Amino acid sequence: MGLLDQQFENSNIIITTLDDVLNWARLSSLWGMQFGLACCAIEMMATGASHYDLDRFGTFFRSSPRQADVMIVAGTVTLKMASRVRTLYDQMSEPRYVISMGSCANCGGPYWEHGYHVLKGVDRVIPVDVYVPGCPPRPEALMEGFLKLQEKIRTETRVKKTA
Amino acid sequence: MLTEFGRIFLFMIVGAAFTAIGLFVAWLLRPHRPYPSKLATYECGEAPLGDTRVRFNVRFYVVALIFLIFDVEVVFLFPWATVYRQLGWFAFVEMLVFLVILLVGYAYVWRKGDLDWDKPSQRIARYNRGVGVNEPHLTEDEVAV
Repeated sequence: MGLLDQQFENSNIIITTLDDVLNWARLSSLWGMQFGLACCAIEMMATGASHYDLDRFGTFFRSSPRQADVMIVAGTVTLKMASRVRTLYDQMSEPRYVISMGSCANCGGPYWEHGYHVLKGVDRVIPVDVYVPGCPPRPEALMEGFLKLQEKIRTETRVKKTA
Repeated sequence: MLTEFGRIFLFMIVGAAFTAIGLFVAWLLRPHRPYPSKLATYECGEAPLGDTRVRFNVRFYVVALIFLIFDVEVVFLFPWATVYRQLGWFAFVEMLVFLVILLVGYAYVWRKGDLDWDKPSQRIARYNRGVGVNEPHLTEDEVAV
């Protein structure tokens, strides 16, 4: 059992500086999970490659969910894939974050009305932290998604219980 | 004053303390919320099938042994090749004896059938276009190849 993590109802215990350090550590090394679902994954690969160089944000891709901090749902989540995505999310170690990349993962995208096989938004199976719009989003957009996620992590607290 | 091994001992103590402190701090700070799906074996998102301890076919053992023998043969051949010029015919005869002994073993393994690999017989359906038949169909007599 973790001793401090989310063990207190309100912020009676203040570990501000420690929080800052830990948040800085976490947001500076967001390791992504290496999996792509559709064409958005091509843009994700381009983001990771040398031209856009996601490495400078401390992000690089790991092949195992056990070693990954952030899952980029890059592409169309079909109903068949949805349960797998859920399992993969479950198998990530905490703290874990999700970036929903592209219209399909956000809301079903072009399959919104007639896509009988498409999940209408990945947030129906896993909690999403950042939505990146676009079809597909440019690598700059995905990088902005990472910056938004870093902003979110920067304000996290350790000991307080989350809702 | 520290002896040379004393310094190594010091390094061991510092290394152990470093690891222990790191693990302790991580224990203080880490989230710990296990549930069955999280602890399940990672199989690319699929439901894990069967046991993690898989038994290999025993024939792999024989193949590994044979490989090891010929691996060692090559290991001996390389230094032999470097001193071959100096030793002359003596080296040649020595290596010839060594290779012949190994070849006898190789022939024995071959004769015993350890190199034969049982393959499941493949059943290929014969494609028959048929004359005057619009739809191509498969004949009943599937042949075992």
